[in-house]
Amino acid sequence: MAMTETPMQAERAQTIYEKSKPGRRAAVLPDAEVPEPPLEELIPADLLRAEPPRLPEIAEPEIVRHYNKLSRRNFDLDSGFYPLGSCTMKHNPRLNERVAALPGHARLHPAQDPKRAQGALELMWLLQQSLGEICGLPHVSLQPSAGSHGELAGLLLTRAFHADRGEERTKVLAPDTSHGTNPASVTMAGYEVVKVATNECGGVEMDDLRAKIDEDPDQVACLMLTNPNTLGLFDENIAEIAELIHVAGGTLYYDGANLNAVMGHSRPGDMGFDIVHVNLHKSFSQPHGGGGPGAGPIAVSERIEPFLPRPQVVRREGSNGHGPSFDLDLERPKSIGRLRGFQGNFGVFVRSYAYILSLGGDGLAEASETAVLNANYLKARLAAGRAGERLPVAFDRHCMHEFVLSGKPMKKELGLATLDLAKRLLDFGFHPPTVYFPLLVEEALMIEPTETETKESLDGFAEAIEQILAEAEADPERAKQAPYTTPVRRLDEVKATRRPVVRQPL
Amino acid sequence: MTLSDAHYPDDLLYHDQHDWARLEGDEHAVFGITWYAQDSLGEVVFYDPPEVGATISKDASYAEVESVKAVSDVIAPMSGEIVEVNDSLEDTPEKVNEDPYGDGWLVKVKLTHPEERGALLGADEYRKMLEKS
Amino acid sequence: MTRYTSATADDRAEMLAAIGADSVDELFAQIPESLRLGRPLALPQGMSEAEVFERLAALAARNEDAESQVCFVGAGMYDHYVPAIVDAITQRSEFLTPYTPYQPEISQGGLQVMFEFQTAMSELTGLPVSNAGLYEGPSSVASAGYLAMAATKRKRFVVSRGLHPHSRETLETYAVGYGAELVEVGLREGETDAEALAAAVDGETAAVFLQSPNFLGAVERVEALGAAAKQHGALLVVATDPMTLGVLKPPGECGADIALGEGQPLGNRLDFGGPSFGFFCASEEQIRRMPGRIAGETDDVDGRRGFVLALQTREQHIRREKATHNICTAQALNALGAMVHLAWLGREGFRELGELLVRRTAYARERLAAVEGVELLHTAPVAREFAVRLDAPVDRVLERCAERGIAAGYPLAREYPEYEDGLLVAITERRSKAQIDDLAEALGAAIAAELGDFPVHMTGKSPEGVS
Repeated sequence: MAMTETPMQAERAQTIYEKSKPGRRAAVLPDAEVPEPPLEELIPADLLRAEPPRLPEIAEPEIVRHYNKLSRRNFDLDSGFYPLGSCTMKHNPRLNERVAALPGHARLHPAQDPKRAQGALELMWLLQQSLGEICGLPHVSLQPSAGSHGELAGLLLTRAFHADRGEERTKVLAPDTSHGTNPASVTMAGYEVVKVATNECGGVEMDDLRAKIDEDPDQVACLMLTNPNTLGLFDENIAEIAELIHVAGGTLYYDGANLNAVMGHSRPGDMGFDIVHVNLHKSFSQPHGGGGPGAGPIAVSERIEPFLPRPQVVRREGSNGHGPSFDLDLERPKSIGRLRGFQGNFGVFVRSYAYILSLGGDGLAEASETAVLNANYLKARLAAGRAGERLPVAFDRHCMHEFVLSGKPMKKELGLATLDLAKRLLDFGFHPPTVYFPLLVEEALMIEPTETETKESLDGFAEAIEQILAEAEADPERAKQAPYTTPVRRLDEVKATRRPVVRQPL
Repeated sequence: MTLSDAHYPDDLLYHDQHDWARLEGDEHAVFGITWYAQDSLGEVVFYDPPEVGATISKDASYAEVESVKAVSDVIAPMSGEIVEVNDSLEDTPEKVNEDPYGDGWLVKVKLTHPEERGALLGADEYRKMLEKS
Repeated sequence: MTRYTSATADDRAEMLAAIGADSVDELFAQIPESLRLGRPLALPQGMSEAEVFERLAALAARNEDAESQVCFVGAGMYDHYVPAIVDAITQRSEFLTPYTPYQPEISQGGLQVMFEFQTAMSELTGLPVSNAGLYEGPSSVASAGYLAMAATKRKRFVVSRGLHPHSRETLETYAVGYGAELVEVGLREGETDAEALAAAVDGETAAVFLQSPNFLGAVERVEALGAAAKQHGALLVVATDPMTLGVLKPPGECGADIALGEGQPLGNRLDFGGPSFGFFCASEEQIRRMPGRIAGETDDVDGRRGFVLALQTREQHIRREKATHNICTAQALNALGAMVHLAWLGREGFRELGELLVRRTAYARERLAAVEGVELLHTAPVAREFAVRLDAPVDRVLERCAERGIAAGYPLAREYPEYEDGLLVAITERRSKAQIDDLAEALGAAIAAELGDFPVHMTGKSPEGVS
């Protein structure tokens, strides 16, 4: 089928190196002002570089054009609906960018004397307090740089906790529906993964959990859970699960990816979790940036507190009539140590703190409420249409902030895989939901609308799905060759991986 | 790449984890993965072979085969010592898809327990097993 | 209705009707009553945007940043000038707000940026393969350790004391998890003790970790030091400062198997320590063990050039417990900032900047060495940072300089007790000759005052919390 190209498709991708021309440049640097001997007089010649690296030679207007045009080859949240399950693609407020750019934040050196960085330390402390209240666990470290960094921290804390009691345990339990970072972190922390089955309601299969614990209770170091889980369902057995793990002597870890469902309504600390990580780039509006930066602070219970990473931001009561002050506490004898340089992704803390101040306790609770409402509405809208038959919900009950559909009937009856549906959605101006995760559901489609979408936005998405399914009934091939209108069409991932080309040849 | 139709040569023995064995005399065998396995995996992009001289055990994994979106363990149908690996798959892993029983062979072994052949399936049995699942 | 949401009372009624529920409360019924919070969160009520701004501005005002204090502090993060186009580009919605590029057809912008960035870092370090960035410097070192263990099947790390203390500490923390044993090799005259290093490396060593320029600013003889690693089949991991790679011989040309480090100097603000990014480059051999995201080139069905996430079978979403690392979110936007900054500097500008840093640093070192009460801690060649010893207590001297509006450097005592009178001074292109002269004068005056030679008139403000 012949197709006219869109203008963006017609434009061949050119890297900035291919736009380079010797002699062009953007930067004008300051004069040295100091003596300029040949470098060999200052540093031995054999330690010097013969040829400078082959960076592009290009002036400012062309740099700006290049990246502006490149940016338009991206779909983004500010431009459209992005229902990626467990990613919580909620709106990124621009106020947060403005406050993060204040020089007092942006140009503050991390090794500045704490006495002269009181604003920054107080902000971190206030954020810690806020997250502690939201999670129901009083002791918070902001150090981890991302969710999976928080997971690693949690597992190292678990290890230190057991070692402190003279125990060495080897196994970490995780449901088969867990996010891939969970088992990957388990291996990095030196533990063995033991999978726990999921029951027909989408929760932890209690008999299997008991069996896995009873196999060797003294070896169970930890159970890692998300609640609501990656199926968007709250596990009502959570109190019993917590009891089982604690009796066996293990810690209970909460992957905070789905916190957006329960803020102000339920708290992981109250559910019995010992260690929680929070994704600031999910529930707390830090922009995703195309793959980061984020932050994964952890909140822990009293018994885990001594092992928190170093340094820890603390508040000290004032003396001699002075008010309280804030400091970086390095005297932590039982600490697991450092997980990274300095004290964490401060720029992310500024944005998340601004978000929490903006919404307040009431606003956060309402955000969760609306997230859950939006998800259930979209689920109902889809079920009322063709998706009810072709893309049935994996677990037929009220969901929380996200839900999972199965494309199995669609594949069987229309020959359309979930992948094809996702690619066809691109032509309709939507980012597809998460596909093929969790592994438990065949041809899975995980949908999380978040609270910042309007009803019309959700209706538009439901209508697009309806249209695509109707189209597939008449012409299944159409979606299989999709997308048609994106800057590039389906890409050969086999070629990219068989013979990887990971840099521009120069 | 030419995709063949599902086929399972009669002169081979099969393991229920979708691996085949071609016996060569009493002491040696060649192993690989079946048509079903390569079809499930998709286009193979990488094969990580074991070392020559390594010992492998029946029913245990001895290597991995990767497609773009999945990784599969390759199971040894019988125990033995690796005497040769198919190095050509480093440049052309797609041979595993195109010719799973010929150019797509994975390892050649010197068998340590030739009697293990008794536990393997014939082509008919393997085909029946696939139909049932 | 709270900020950023749109569900009016009418919307809610319609949605509930479609769901077949009477109230939103019904949707929360799956949470057992005993686990319902049942009270408002003990947090202040939401505020207007203007009030939030005032609050945050008030907090910012209580920080003495590089605008109020001339910053000679380095230790891995530097007060470089980040050109305005970096902000203009990184603030674009299309780069700021999308997710990780799992749907490549609508993520060509982000994927191509990653590819360009990978190319740039490969050029800078002299190694063929780069990823698209990790969290920051020290945790990248820990990731290299994990890779070295997988590559060599050994567990011993030989680590120079010249490595950033945060890198050494982070490596220690991670090593408890993945089971590595660390052996530290000391410094001699500011550089890694070559004999001690050679003696420490053996057939059980997975990797040798060096940093150049090292934490004390010394440019190390990486190739010579690394020979011991080669001899015993251990990987050579070299941490480096990207801003010096315009003039210094890159790790790739000195035998490094992995070159990595803190990327902040490229296109990223100080931000009190983050977010920034770590860069990670390696030899071809290590490509399938690399941590982090990697963009690869390919074609689409119509033959158009495009980019995708390559080698995903390394990663957690496919390999799960057998993944080469656990990283999901990294630092894509920060890597974009770095790429734009590097494009702005360009081939010639990047080299010139490196030369400027070396010359100004040489000048600063000479000026400071001439100050009464200051002597050089070592005389090894330096590129942009150097260490001195002071005859008066370092913290007192720093306090006096701070009162004059100068953050004179990073005190060494806590992390290097053997240099308890040591101070690390960093130079960027923003530190003019006049500021350097001022620093020399301030140090001289502060030391003299501390040693009681003559009273010094102290200017103004006392920071908070000081009794």
